[in-house]
Amino acid sequence: MKEQLEAIRREALAKIDKAADLNTLQDIKVTYLGKKGSLTSVLRGMGSLSKEERPVVGELANNIREAITNEIAKKTDVLEKAALEEKLEKEAIDVTLPGRPVHVGGPHLLTSIIEEIEDLFIGMGFEVREGPEVETDYYNFEALNLPKGHPARDMQDTFYLTNELLLRTHTSPVQARTMQQYGGSQSVKMICPGKVYRRDTDDATHSHQFTQIEGLYVDKHVRMSDLKGVLNKFAKSMFGDDRKIRLRPSFFPFTEPSVEMDISCKVCEGVGCSVCKQSGWIEILGAGMVHPNVLEMAGYDPEKYTGFAFGMGPERIAMLKYGIDDIRNFYTNDKRFLTQYHHVKGGTL
Amino acid sequence: MLVSVNWLNNYVDTSSVSPEELAELITKTGIEVDGIDYFAEQSSNVVVGHVDACEQHPNADKLNLCQVDVGEEKLQIICGAPNVRQGQKVAVAKPGAVLPGNVKIKKTKLRGVESNGMICSLQELGIAEKYVPKDVADGIFVFPKDTAIGADVQRLLNLDDAVLEFDLTPNRADALSMLGVAYETAAILDTELTLPDEHVHTDSEQASDYISVGVDAADLNPYYGAFIVKDIDIKPSPLWMRNALMAAGIRPINNVVDITNYVLLEYGQPLHAFDYDRFGSKHVVVRRAGDNERMTTLDGEERTLSSDNLVITNGQEPVALAGVMGGANTEVNDDTKTILLEAAYFSPQAVRATVRDTGLRSDSSARFEKGVDPNRVERAGLRACHLLEKYAGATVLTGPIVFDELDRTEKTVTITEKLINHRLGTVITSAEIETILNKLQFPFVKHDDMFTVTVPTRRGDIAIFEDMLEEVARMYGYDNLPYTLPEGSSQAGGLTKQQELKREISSYLQGAGLMETMTYSLTDEASIERLVSPELRAKEPKPVRLPMPMSEDHNYLRLSMVPELLKSVAYNRARSQMDISYFEMGNVFVTNEQTLSQQPSENLRLAGAMTGMWLRHPWQHEQKQVDFYLVKGVLEGLFAYLAIPISFEQTKLTDMHPGRCASILIDGRIVGFLGQTHPVLEKELDLGETFVFDIDLDQVMDFYTNTTSYEPIPKYPAIARDIAFIVDEDVLAGDIKETIEKEGAPLVKNVRIFDVYKGDNLPEGKKSIAYSLFYQDPEKTLQDDEVEQSYQTIVASVNEKFDSYVRS
Ligand SMILES: [Zn+2]
Repeated sequence: MKEQLEAIRREALAKIDKAADLNTLQDIKVTYLGKKGSLTSVLRGMGSLSKEERPVVGELANNIREAITNEIAKKTDVLEKAALEEKLEKEAIDVTLPGRPVHVGGPHLLTSIIEEIEDLFIGMGFEVREGPEVETDYYNFEALNLPKGHPARDMQDTFYLTNELLLRTHTSPVQARTMQQYGGSQSVKMICPGKVYRRDTDDATHSHQFTQIEGLYVDKHVRMSDLKGVLNKFAKSMFGDDRKIRLRPSFFPFTEPSVEMDISCKVCEGVGCSVCKQSGWIEILGAGMVHPNVLEMAGYDPEKYTGFAFGMGPERIAMLKYGIDDIRNFYTNDKRFLTQYHHVKGGTL
Repeated sequence: MLVSVNWLNNYVDTSSVSPEELAELITKTGIEVDGIDYFAEQSSNVVVGHVDACEQHPNADKLNLCQVDVGEEKLQIICGAPNVRQGQKVAVAKPGAVLPGNVKIKKTKLRGVESNGMICSLQELGIAEKYVPKDVADGIFVFPKDTAIGADVQRLLNLDDAVLEFDLTPNRADALSMLGVAYETAAILDTELTLPDEHVHTDSEQASDYISVGVDAADLNPYYGAFIVKDIDIKPSPLWMRNALMAAGIRPINNVVDITNYVLLEYGQPLHAFDYDRFGSKHVVVRRAGDNERMTTLDGEERTLSSDNLVITNGQEPVALAGVMGGANTEVNDDTKTILLEAAYFSPQAVRATVRDTGLRSDSSARFEKGVDPNRVERAGLRACHLLEKYAGATVLTGPIVFDELDRTEKTVTITEKLINHRLGTVITSAEIETILNKLQFPFVKHDDMFTVTVPTRRGDIAIFEDMLEEVARMYGYDNLPYTLPEGSSQAGGLTKQQELKREISSYLQGAGLMETMTYSLTDEASIERLVSPELRAKEPKPVRLPMPMSEDHNYLRLSMVPELLKSVAYNRARSQMDISYFEMGNVFVTNEQTLSQQPSENLRLAGAMTGMWLRHPWQHEQKQVDFYLVKGVLEGLFAYLAIPISFEQTKLTDMHPGRCASILIDGRIVGFLGQTHPVLEKELDLGETFVFDIDLDQVMDFYTNTTSYEPIPKYPAIARDIAFIVDEDVLAGDIKETIEKEGAPLVKNVRIFDVYKGDNLPEGKKSIAYSLFYQDPEKTLQDDEVEQSYQTIVASVNEKFDSYVRS
């Protein structure tokens, strides 16, 4: 009987070793370990054995059952892995084929620039305000120290709707409106982006509609050096830490003193090139200390309050930053133009 | 304003700096120098030669064979100029000379005869045609007889002069004169200033025997000075003056005209010379013109005047438009012997009105409009008389005869060291302020730390403390200002709620695949009434037309952004960009007034236009055209993101597809619309199937809260039930959904449509709509019978309301 059992073990293990698929293994299991399997039928003849032999043979039979079971398990594992590998192999795809396109949108370049500037000034404690695009003559001109008949008020430049109503020519009226709202006794710290209009014929450098960002800070004891400090911070964040700024005297009716701010030219590092018209500097914005007449008209006592204001054109900044040579590009909405600037935060000038 | 550096050197020595450095200093201190133009390109080896002999070329009619003495040698030169003559002093480019445009002069042979150089015209020396005096425009330039042979022509003709181009701001009218520029330059370079010679000989004859002056409009003409200048010899002005005028961009004419122009540029004071013998009387009368009075100006135009215009008359008829242009019949000509020289102060308002009415602009009117220096009017007249004596051989009669009510008072402004530093954030000492005021040549009195500064009338722009603050600051140098940050109370900056909403909408739509655009707020007549949203249309807005538009394409304030967006779509399609998904946020302008008396209200809106293929993925045979439900899905997603519930209602709108248009509602209020544009409009605008939307963000704002509260994740499982109803084809899926939601509340948390079917297995005229219902109880696990009960209620209600039955 022992020989019989050993023969079963040899035969079974050899078959398991040769088995090529899971079905064969299942068959082997049934053949040897099943209810009608050979191991079972051998054990059925155990009754004829002596009392002493029974446990010995019993143990042997158990060992063999265990060995066969283990081997089947091991082999199953091997075969399953092989089968999976084969299956995955068949699932291989051509990774060089193009993927399914995802629709990508994006902001308008002017919005990107305006939001970048907004965020920068919000960080310095400025609130963002807006005002009407159809303005009164009073807010667009008079409240900004441009009384009727003032030579700097170029009537030809303005889209008048009536004698008193017009399309605002700059975002500066929001200065006057905001100050009036604050009632002459609180500090004002705001920037104001928006659309403005001029009676121009559209061409590469003129547009009858464009955008501006205005800034205003009015408080007790605002100094011109504060203006310089704030503009310097703005220029460095917007155009790069290595930019230098310079202020030059200029003239605006609503500020005194008035200045223009240049930043050093990145292209030539100040030596002079065609981008900066050989000067080494690029004009970025106009600014100044709020004119006492403007403060007074808005209800602020110019003896107690002072302030600074600045204004810039996002189109100009965009054109300088990205070398755009035609302002109409911002308004024709050519898809090929719009998509170019969907990822342009930061950048250099 | 063009500033010749050579001319400027007459008053202030700029040799310590190059023209480029000077430009940089002036720009930094006060006046932007836009560029530096060298008067002419460099030329070399061009000298003055004497034409010893001049005869016709043996083989050519139109050429002259000249023997020219250039000092060191004599050159035989063939010259084609018609005005070359023996005895002239001319500009000779010697062999080896290089002329502007890199023209190299070589020895050559012309028609068999040797030519060793070239006799030059001013144009050949690089002077722009428009500045070349007419008498030498068609030939060579001839130097005065006393010019030295062999002298360097480059130097002599001022060709090496650097010309600074000033970009003047309106306040700096003082720099519209060479003297003003000289004061500025002397201050910047801290050097001496030499003023021009105004000395005139006294004469026994009295101007008063020749002329009287009366002014009827002293408010517009507070000063009128009339000089009488006799024995004038009209001829070309001296070379240096012609050079100076050409460098300043003015063509020389004759000595009298050139002198008035020269003094205009030098003093910033316009002068006018009348031919006295043709003046028509012995009386100057200045008055307002009569309405419809006529006169012929010296450009030959007859002008019709009004009482806004100030005129100079001879007591009978106008002889000049004050400050703007003279009359044709009193113009100085070659026969003029005696002139009446006018030096006057015309008020800016008077001159501005005449410029406005006539469209005439001149160097004179530009200066009067900005206000001339009251203390320089008479002096400019004297300066011109001085030059006329010297360069026209003239006699100046004792005078002038004047009408004078001119206010020449100088303003005073008070400054203190403390206040200056307080405003600038600087530490400027009293001594530094004194130095600055001295450089500017502003007289002052100092009391303790207070300066009382007298502002010279040449600086009409300075009136208040802040003006003087600017003078001190710019001379101190903005580069020397420290960088500080505001010390005031800091406040939290930020966006308004509306700005936050705009940013949220923009970021959602960009993520959903739409591109932001910016279109014009001004649209055209054809577009103004088009695609106005129903809730806005209900307000019956009146279109606002610009009275003076620049173009018929942009002459109305828009009532909808959609038409301009559609133009952008058409623009792209015309350039083969067929797949477009655009959105924009902006204002439209709403008023009910036929004639505006107040500002239209500005309505912030969100609009979009989508067309073409949304998805194109050929090798997997996938493509998806933009359709109604794609656009609707984008908007549903947007409002879900904003946590604002919206609904849709079928609607009809002009210019929209009658079966594919819906209004959008929030809380029962219409806030906008979406749908396909009408195929007729699509054809007109050259569009494909295009879907648009337009939403009133002012109304959306009412429902927008940018704070979202926390909602706990449900603890108990949800149970899903599907149900399909068979209904008539015209029943709306949304209406059934609404009933399910109403009947299923509160246990039904969500209803989704997952199938719509028409066809074979259904009776004619019927369709099946399938819904998934999600039940959930936040408090406990739902029981089957609860769900079943609710389900049956829903089925009963729907069947009753829509005459439907459940598909098994
Ligand atoms: Zn550069």
